[in-house]
Order: sequence, then structure tokens, then C-alpha cells
Amino acid sequence: MENRLNEKRYLKLSGLEPLVITPESNFINVGERTNVAGSRKFLRLINEDNFEEALSVARHQVDGGAQIIDVNMDDGLIDGKAAMVKFLNLVMAEPDIARVPVMIDSSKWEIIEAGLQVVQGKCVVNSISLKEGEAEFIRQATLIKRYGAAVIVMAFDEKGQADTFDRRIEIAKRSYDVLVDNVKFPPEDIIFDLNIFPVATGMEEHRKNAVDFIEATRWVRTHLPYCSVSGGVSNVSFSFRGNDTVREAMHSVFLYHAIQAGMNIGIVNPAMLEVYDSIPKDLLERVEDVMLNRRDDATERLLDFAETVKQTSKEKTADLAWRENTLQDRITHALVKGIDQYIVSDVEEARTTVKAPIEVIEGHLMIGMNVVGDLFGSGKMFLPQVVKSARVMKKAVAYLLPFIEAEKDGKAQSNGKILMATVKGDVHDIGKNIVGVVLACNNYEIIDLGVMVPPEKIISEAKKHSVDIIGLSGLITPSLDEMVFLAKEMQRQDFKVPLLIGGATTSKAHTAVKIDPQYQEAVVHVNDASRAVTIVGDLLQKEHSKGFKDRLKVEYAEFRERFLSRQSEKTYLSIAQARENRLKLDWKATEITTPKHLGIKVIEDFDLEHLVPYIDWTPFFRSWDLHGKYPEILTDEVVGIQASELYCDAKKMLQKIIAEKKLQAKAVFGIFEANSVQHDDIEVTPTSEEGSEKIYFRTLRQQSKKAEGRPNIALADFIAPVETGLQDYIGCFCVTTGFGTDELANEFIAKLDDYNAIMVKALSDRLAEAFAEYLHQQVRTQYWGYANNEQLSNEALINEQYIGIRPAPGYPACPDHLEKETIWKLLKVKKRIGVTLTESLAIWPAASVSGYYFGHPEARYFGVGKIKEDQVADFAERKKITYELAEKWLKTNIAD
Amino acid sequence: MKEILKAMQERILILDGAMGTMLQRYNFSEADFRGERFKGYHLSVKGNNDLLSITQPEAIAEVHRNYFEAGADIVETNTFSGTTIAMADYEMQDLVYELNFESAKIAKQVAQTFTAREPHKPRFVAGAIGPTNKTASMSPDVNDPGYRAISFEALAKAYKQQATALIEGGVDLLLVETVFDTLNAKAALFAIDELKEERQLDIPVMVSGTITDASGRTLSGQTAEAFLISISHIPLLSVGFNCALGAKQLAPHLEAISRNTTLAVSAYPNAGLPNAFGAYDESAEQMASQIREYLDKKLINIIGGCCGTTPEHIKAIAQLASQYQPRPFSISNQSTVNI
Repeated sequence: MENRLNEKRYLKLSGLEPLVITPESNFINVGERTNVAGSRKFLRLINEDNFEEALSVARHQVDGGAQIIDVNMDDGLIDGKAAMVKFLNLVMAEPDIARVPVMIDSSKWEIIEAGLQVVQGKCVVNSISLKEGEAEFIRQATLIKRYGAAVIVMAFDEKGQADTFDRRIEIAKRSYDVLVDNVKFPPEDIIFDLNIFPVATGMEEHRKNAVDFIEATRWVRTHLPYCSVSGGVSNVSFSFRGNDTVREAMHSVFLYHAIQAGMNIGIVNPAMLEVYDSIPKDLLERVEDVMLNRRDDATERLLDFAETVKQTSKEKTADLAWRENTLQDRITHALVKGIDQYIVSDVEEARTTVKAPIEVIEGHLMIGMNVVGDLFGSGKMFLPQVVKSARVMKKAVAYLLPFIEAEKDGKAQSNGKILMATVKGDVHDIGKNIVGVVLACNNYEIIDLGVMVPPEKIISEAKKHSVDIIGLSGLITPSLDEMVFLAKEMQRQDFKVPLLIGGATTSKAHTAVKIDPQYQEAVVHVNDASRAVTIVGDLLQKEHSKGFKDRLKVEYAEFRERFLSRQSEKTYLSIAQARENRLKLDWKATEITTPKHLGIKVIEDFDLEHLVPYIDWTPFFRSWDLHGKYPEILTDEVVGIQASELYCDAKKMLQKIIAEKKLQAKAVFGIFEANSVQHDDIEVTPTSEEGSEKIYFRTLRQQSKKAEGRPNIALADFIAPVETGLQDYIGCFCVTTGFGTDELANEFIAKLDDYNAIMVKALSDRLAEAFAEYLHQQVRTQYWGYANNEQLSNEALINEQYIGIRPAPGYPACPDHLEKETIWKLLKVKKRIGVTLTESLAIWPAASVSGYYFGHPEARYFGVGKIKEDQVADFAERKKITYELAEKWLKTNIAD
Repeated sequence: MKEILKAMQERILILDGAMGTMLQRYNFSEADFRGERFKGYHLSVKGNNDLLSITQPEAIAEVHRNYFEAGADIVETNTFSGTTIAMADYEMQDLVYELNFESAKIAKQVAQTFTAREPHKPRFVAGAIGPTNKTASMSPDVNDPGYRAISFEALAKAYKQQATALIEGGVDLLLVETVFDTLNAKAALFAIDELKEERQLDIPVMVSGTITDASGRTLSGQTAEAFLISISHIPLLSVGFNCALGAKQLAPHLEAISRNTTLAVSAYPNAGLPNAFGAYDESAEQMASQIREYLDKKLINIIGGCCGTTPEHIKAIAQLASQYQPRPFSISNQSTVNI
């Protein structure tokens, strides 16, 4: 008997009727309107519990030719599981809808599973991926098979979403192998979603988005037998939103080529699709140039062409139509949209209509800024837009000031005065500047004392200006103590104003436990700009502020108590016990690579262009309060448009910085012979020209009691102990891209452009991190050379998939900032590249990174966590400093 | 597994006929249904045929014997309603394990006797898993189409219990039958697949759906092919149809399924359509002559009878089928073809 008689493995789905997808089948169109994320109407209907009309949306889809209906109930305000079950149950009772198969679409497994349990036909699950790792992937696939459904597999893995040809096929191949070999999933029931991303965005790296998708589709259909390829087509034309003529042509062209390559299923709005053959020749040529990445100027040419297409002219006139509105509407529009082109003439017009120029600020401009504030507060505007609004506001105010000053008693009435400062010894100010700008937008007067502000100055300036609130910012851990000190000082001098605390190392816990008890007035931890506005508003609101402050005091006291009661449960080892339980690597089995280059090397005037591919953009967006992972954030439902605009502006600025050499990139690094001694110290032998004196890095060891079998790690564990007789090595480095940052930022501030001033700083931070990443790669593959075969994508670099680590003093694995002085001594950092340490051991300029290189394959990042007094005493002795000094620097790490 | 496959490659296998029809001939009274054990039971149990495996085991064994003697290769256990869901009508949910276990044991003992007697023709026991009396994808309330009287999870749980008891009682294969709501069958298959994985078992599974009327659809609205696609994710020994229609009316639907699958195909139609009194009166010869068409068209691998069929029907069918070669089939579950 033949085992595989007439075997044909086709994707077969069913509703009440079968849907068999064969190589001869036409493209399968999935209806997407029954998706709360994709259809506002459907979302509204579900929200209103109007399932009857929601059903008619589904019916309309099926009548319109959808061969599968995608059902998605993922919305924060909907009980997705209940809505999915209810809707599908109702669909099942409608034979004219239920005749087609259902695509159960959710990012939540519980919703998918609930859907699978109510549909008799063979569904498609949309989707699963390796994002959460293989174990979860296998678990879900096994269940999907058991429920009897086909599955869409997203090209997504632990490292992120595939955005290149190589990553797409890598993930598809791996997913396929796991499904077919391990889960025994029928290959014909696998549908790959290979991620359709926009083209013609103006960004270099997006130019290959369509080609890479198409080629990956071809590869998948050739190499992974029986599977299908699907995708959401409208994404590809994302950058031409508003120009349907161009979009429709783009969809057709994309589909034309993708289908030829083997894409056989997709989500396409039939109303947004032009017949390929009826696309005008000139448009077709330009669209194909873009899709297939055929010319360098393809995007520009399509953009130019798009201008001439009727659709755009409608948009264009709409664009300027706001100029026909009333004066107030124009001013509001300019503020909301961040358009500064007409603001001066509009403000001038406004000035002629009022008695005193100040009324323009208090009237016209504040009305507009209130709209901005409301939109921002309700999440309809995002931080970068607000900063742009602020730019318009500043220009308007700057124009009005001379008129106001000409009048005797004219003084703008602000909502309150807020002093802001980055504390002594700290140089970081991006977050502080953003909060300042946003508060200024809300008509608070900001007195910004800048960075590294000594406490005496904060106190005296606060008194001088009789400010209403003091806001302190800091990024490095020693700044926390500065804030505590300031709170004490404010109490001693009997201050009555609220104290705001913000910055990367600050936390509600630290604020509640360490700062709040020092000061009788309100102390609030504020870590994002939108919250800052509400908090400041509440604090300064005359009628209710007393109650609000009292509630804050109670809230922080309760938080403190809860925090402290949780804390006490941890148990600690003595430092001797912790050393006994150190990480014992198998040194006999370790091959130590002798570095190709021993000693110190300086890189001057490095070309910034080389660093661009190494930039990790995710933190950049985070610094603007846009949360999400790059590059997905660019097409995010909520912040995608904003993120894309911000990214565009960032790219422009980056171009300027690179082309005009606005920033200088410099680095110094060294690789040295080293061994660990006495378990916790690393003895470094500088090369002969650097002097014969040995240098010691004192590392800190985890002291909290670990689970059985888990070691108490210190960085020294990753270096061969001297007793092994092996010669080991360590590296250290300092990179900077900070020289020039302040000058460039100040140029923008002078032009009243805070947006670009903040942009410069944020980018220079990113470049420094990119430089550190780049240099580490060079060290691994060239100078030290222990990983000379390494081939890693930028994504893999960001995910730290390389061998070895580069921990930085002041961060969790080595929280002690004092070791920076040792690095500075060893590498002569200040002398060689001019980067210095402040009294709090912050690195100046701010856009700099310094750390060690450990090359052992098992070296990994970890957190030292809390340590006990015995280690502090031991550390002081090893370092030959007083206990008090050691305590001062390790304060935030000492267990209470 | 191997043994039944070997037999299926050699010949068309004969499934038994109706259990209910045969039991009616015994004219059991309420007292007979109750037996000694349920003498004082608080509800009427007459009509609870599954209960007879406990109270009248000899009658059940006799029916099995009659079918084997008529030429059946496979008999079905007397467990059509052996789930907590169906037994709730009699408040006998607690008896479910025992009913299934005992039913399997009775059938298996009879089968072993016959196999010992005729080793060249081994006899098999199929654990019958009925549809229950509730539907997972249809509402019993016309005014509330979104309502469901039973959930997938509750069904899967009940089916898993039944399948466990049947397997422990010694059945050779499982038969998910009279499927009028595919979602119920999917819950049964889900439970069986889970059980197979947990116990590392490789027990064959047959699925038999029911086409309720001339529209050619299941009660839950699926076409024969859609039904086939919906249940093909679990390795199956055979797919097919039973009940509701006579051999003649079933033929086109059998053709529909037969041309769309390479799996073995089963059919056990009723003895014609019910007459004005609700009884089935198609004779053995009449039914056999209809089934000749299945055989001529090479539509089937397993054939038997449902409502109204008796050992006489099975005997006639078995004699006829023995003259034909089985339809070529595949044991891979992912092999349904599209022609």
C-alpha cells in the first residue's frame, strides 16, 4: 500500500464550506474590517456592545469577496476574550458569514485559545512567533495543532522583528524546522508573515524594505516546502498616507511582484487597490523604482510625482486652508501643529487688536497652549510635538517682549516659577530640559540653573527668585546623595516649596525612603514630562494644593513603610562566605586568547558616519517619552506617526552633525596583562612604556544569599586567578562624542529652538553609546581578537549577543564610581583625549562612556545588589581609603 | 494498530449494526433496566441503554456475539451516551467510568472468544463515543443565537474521561461517531490527542459524521468536505458518515468525502429512512443492493449499519463486501487530496 497516495499537501481551511489553497488558487484575500485595531467603526461598535451591527461589518466583508475574515479584539478598553467569544458565537449563527474560515487575531494567547474553542471550522491563528523563545512557541504550536488550526508565524524572534532579507529567512527557517521537526506541525498549515514595512520614507535603510520582503518570500516558498506567505499590504505605502492614488498604485505594484515571488495570502483593502495594468505608465515606473529599489533618487522622484497627482493637490489646499481661519484658530493651529512659519505675522496682527501686548500672551497664545496641554494630557499629542509647540510659543513671546518691555508695568503673569537644576557633580540634562520645556509650554516660568549646580547656588537662587517649586535632576548614583543633602538643607533653612525629583537613577523608592523623610514639605518623584505637568498643576493649585500635598506625604510614608518591610526579608552572607561561593570557572578548559595588540591606543577624530549603523534607537525614542522598540515603533498604532517624524528629524540632524563635523569622536582604550588576586581584586600590569607600577581594580561581590548552586559573583571571577599560573588579560576604555555638543545645542537655544537643542544632546548620547559598541566590536575582532569570526547584526549587538562584556563603573556589575579614577590613571584619559571626571565622578562631556573589557566566554552582566558593612570595610582596606569615604561612595549599595 | 491495518489492507472491514434495535427485541422493563443494583433509584432509567452494560451484561454480550457471527470484524461498545453530559439526564454522572469500562470489557471478551476461534479473522472492539445531547457551536435558544449550552472545555473533559475508561476497559480503537456538531467532535479529538500524548498510546481513531438532510450538510451547517477538513488535524484511521440517512441517500456525500481524502472511508447508514411509524423497514437485501453501489465505486474501507440494521443486514453486507477489494487508502492524516 502506498503511504502517501496521491499526496498533495495544500493549505485547507474551513468555515461551513471548504477553502483549499492550491498553487493554482488566486491570491487569498483576508477581510480586515472586523478588527478593532484596524477599524475605528468596528471598535466603536464593540465598545457600544452593538454586536448586531458588528456582524453586518463581517457580512459586508464576506459579500465583498473576503475569503477569510480576520477577527481582532485587542484593545485596552475591551475585555478581548469575552468579546472574541461573543462575536464568534454570533458569527457561527450566521451561515452567510460562517461559510468562510475565521482568522483569530490576537497578541494574547488566552484570546486565541478562547477563539479556537468556539469555532467548528479550521481557523488560522494570527499569530505566534519565536519572540518569547522556543519553549513558548512549541507550547502554543502544539495546542494549535491539537485544536486543528493553521497558523501565521511572524518573522520575529528573541532578538526582535526581522527587517532584512537575512533575518527574515533565518527566522522563517528556524520556525519552520521547529514546527515541522519538533511539533510535527503539518508544513502546509504554516503561513509566514514576513513583515511588510514602508518604503519611500526618506530613510536610507527603508529603501530595501519591499525588495527584501519579496526576495525573502521567494526564498521561503522555494526552500520551505508547502508553506504559505502572507502580510498586511497597506503598510508598504504608509509614507503616502493621504494620497490614495499613489497608495493604490503602490499596493498593486507591491502585490504584483510579491505574488510572483509566492505571496499567496494577504490583508488588502480591495477599495485601495488599482488594477496593475491601468496604472499610468509614468506613475508605474516611479512606483516600481521605489518598490524594487532601482534608483538612488527613486523616493524623491515619486514624491515629486505625487505632488502632481490630483489627490495631493486636495491635500495641499487642505494644508493651507487653515490660513483662512480666524486669527485665534490660526494661532492655535500653529501651536498645535508646531508650525512657526506664520506665527510672527499672526502675533503681530493679534497685537494690533489688544490694548496691551501682554494680552496676546495671556489671551491668544495661552488659549492655544491650553489646547496643546489638553491634547498632551489626554494622550493625543506626544512629547516631540509639544516641544515643537514650545518652539512656536517661544518665537511668539520673543517677538512680543520688546513691546511688553516698552510698556511700563507690563509683566507676563505666569502660573508659577520653577527652579530646575542638575545637581552638583552631574552633567546630564536631557530629561530636565524636556520637563522644563513642557512646563514652560504650560505657562510656568522656568529658572534653569543648568548642570553641576552646587547646593548653595540652588538655595540662593531659589530665594532670590522666590520660586514656587524646586526640581532636581541627576543621572548617576552619587547625585542621589546630593539630592538628600539638598532636602536636608532646605529643611534647615525652613523652605516651604515642594521638591521635585527626577532623572534616570532616581526612583520612587529612593525618593520615599531617603529624601522624603528629610523635608517636611512635599517631595515628589516625577519621571516623565506629562506627569510633571499634572503634578506641578496640583501642587500650585491654590484651593486644593494643601490637601494634595498632605496626601503626597501620606502616600510616600506608606510607600516607605511597605518598601522597608519588604526589604528586611533578604539575608546576606559574610564577605568571606560570599567569596567561598564565588563563580569558579573551569580555567583548565579555558583557552585564553593572547591579544594581538597589548597596551594603549588612542583614536582621534573618528568619522561619525561609521557609528550610524551602531546606533541603538530604542533609548532615543524613550528619551522623548515615546515607548516602544525600534524599528517597530515607526509603524506603531499609537505613536508610529510621531516616532517616524521624530526619527526623520533626528536623521536630518545626524546628517548635519556628520557633514559639518559638529561633534568630535575620540577614544582611548588599552588591553593589559591581568590576573585576579585575593579573589576580588584584578591586578593589572601596564605595558613597560606606561610605567612599572601595578594597578588594581577593586571589584565588589554579590552578598545576598543565593539559591542553591548559584554563585555570588564579582567581576574578578571572570579573570584567571594568579594561582592558576595562566596569563589572562583585561581591557578598559573611554569613548566620547561629546565635544561640540553644548556649542551646537546653544546655537539652537539662541534661535529659541529647544526642540533641536534637545535633539542634539540626545543624539550625541546615542553616538557615544554607538561608539562604545563599535569599539568593543573592534576590540573583540581585531585588537584583542578573541572573536575574530564574529558576524553580528546591529540588532544582535544591541542584544549583547557577543562574547565578553564591557561593564561600566557606576552600573550594576561594578556600582563603585571610584574605579573610574583607576581607569583614568591607567589610560591617562584626561591627558590623552581631554575627558574628565567631575567631583561626583560623572564623566564630562556627558556624551561619553567608559568601562572595562572582559573576554571570558562566560563573562556576563549581573547586578552586585546590596552589600554589607563587612565588605565596605574590606573594600576600604583594599583601596587604602577610610571607611567613611568608602561608605560615602557605596551608600546606595549598602543594605540597611 | 498494526493488526487492524493489516486486516484493512486485506479486505473491507465489517462494522456491526444497531445496538438499540437489537435491545428493543428484549423488551426490557423498568425493573430489568434497574436490575438489583438500582432497584430503589429515584429516577426512571428505562431507555438508558448504556446502563444495561451493568444491569443486563449478558444481553449486551449476546448482541455483540450475534454481530460477530453475522460476519462483523468490529463491534461498537454500548457507550453511545457514556459521558457525564449525556448521563446527566439520569443523574448518573458518577457511573460514567464504570459504564464505559464494563461495556469495553464485555465487548472485548466476546471479541477474544471469536478471535481465538478464527485466528485468521481477528475481531476488534471500537469504543463508541457519541455526540452527547448538547452542541458546542449552536444555540438551543433561537432568541439568543450567541448562547451555548456547553463549552469546549467541559466537552473535552467529559470525553477524556470516557476515552480513558474505554481504553482501560480494553477497546482496540476509538470511534467518535454521529457527529452533528463538528466542534463537539473536535473537543473529543482534542481530549483523545491529549490522552495519547500523556499515555504514549497509539490507539486508532475513527470519526464518523452525520449528514442530516438532503442539503448534504451536518446539523451544524458544514458541507462534507468542510467537515473533513475540520477534523483532519488528528491522525485518523478512517473518516465517514453514519445515521440519519439510508444507504441510498448517503451515497453522494460518501462520494464527496471519498474523493477528497486518502484516509480510509467508513459508512454505516440506517436501514433506509424511517417509515410513518418511525421504524426502519429496509430489508437486508434491499440495503445490500444499495451498498453494492459503494463497492462498485470503490468508496469505502469499512461498512456497517446504524439505526434499524440487524445481524441479518450485516450478514448480507458482509457477504457482498467479501467479493470486493478495499479502496486504496493512506494512513497519513495529512494526506487529504483535492481533485
